[in-house]
Amino acid sequence: MGPVDYIPRIRDNYARLGYKAYNWVVNPDTAPWAPLRKPLSQCRLGLAASGGIYVTGQVAFHYKDDTSLREIPTDVDTKELRATHFAYDLSDARTDPNVVFPIDTLRRLVREGFLGGLASRFHTFMGGIYSSRRVSEDLAPRLTARFLEDGVDAVLLVPV
Amino acid sequence: MGLVARHTEAAGIPTLCMTSALDITRAVNPPRAAFLDFPLGHTTGKPHEPDLQRRILAEALSSFETMTAPGSMKELPFRWSEDEEWKAKAFAEGDERTPRHDTPQYQDEEDRRRAEEGGSPSCPVCRT
Repeated sequence: MGPVDYIPRIRDNYARLGYKAYNWVVNPDTAPWAPLRKPLSQCRLGLAASGGIYVTGQVAFHYKDDTSLREIPTDVDTKELRATHFAYDLSDARTDPNVVFPIDTLRRLVREGFLGGLASRFHTFMGGIYSSRRVSEDLAPRLTARFLEDGVDAVLLVPV
Repeated sequence: MGLVARHTEAAGIPTLCMTSALDITRAVNPPRAAFLDFPLGHTTGKPHEPDLQRRILAEALSSFETMTAPGSMKELPFRWSEDEEWKAKAFAEGDERTPRHDTPQYQDEEDRRRAEEGGSPSCPVCRT
């Protein structure tokens, strides 16, 4: 069976529910390109994930156009991680956050020498921000600034 | 997430987007993407299967070294189940999403208590 076509399914579903049609972002241009400058085994990797992960003690995300960021120290105890989100089934992420925030997986890849290292912090937020303009003009620049501050050689992005 | 990828890449940092929604990611057209054909909420693997999670990420991350052109998408060779029954149920009719509350939605009450007390002393980033 081929991949699920989410755009038509969501479009039909919204129409059935009487919601306004969602304007999907379509970029027909050529995407920007920055080549990797050294082998992965020497790269320091950054991560941002939109599955609503936070550390217990932090203020949790809310569900309405939340563009705030949380810093997750990369030496965090995985047991301290929590998941909150309005749009996906949280049951697996709450028992193993690695399904949307691959913290243990990345630490293992560093131990194995596959990756050179990790940024000292990762970044999380709540996806499902309705306005693509808010993402492009507000969230994306803040994340890019943090990656530049973190001095990473490459960035992995994990949506849900 | 593709919009973040394009912004960060334009600032000179190479990016890779994981995705389980092929058509949405193709439309946004990020520089590099790795498609994992799993149900939403499992973009980097199945729960409690660290070896599978490791294989998925190693395979995806190797795209940084092998992809040479913007807009490249790698289809990862993993299946959720033989029968792929989950696909029939993916995005069923109706809106099963949680209402869009504008107050913090904690996983449990203990988290709320800790956050309202100002974060645990062992958590220097609890204010961020």
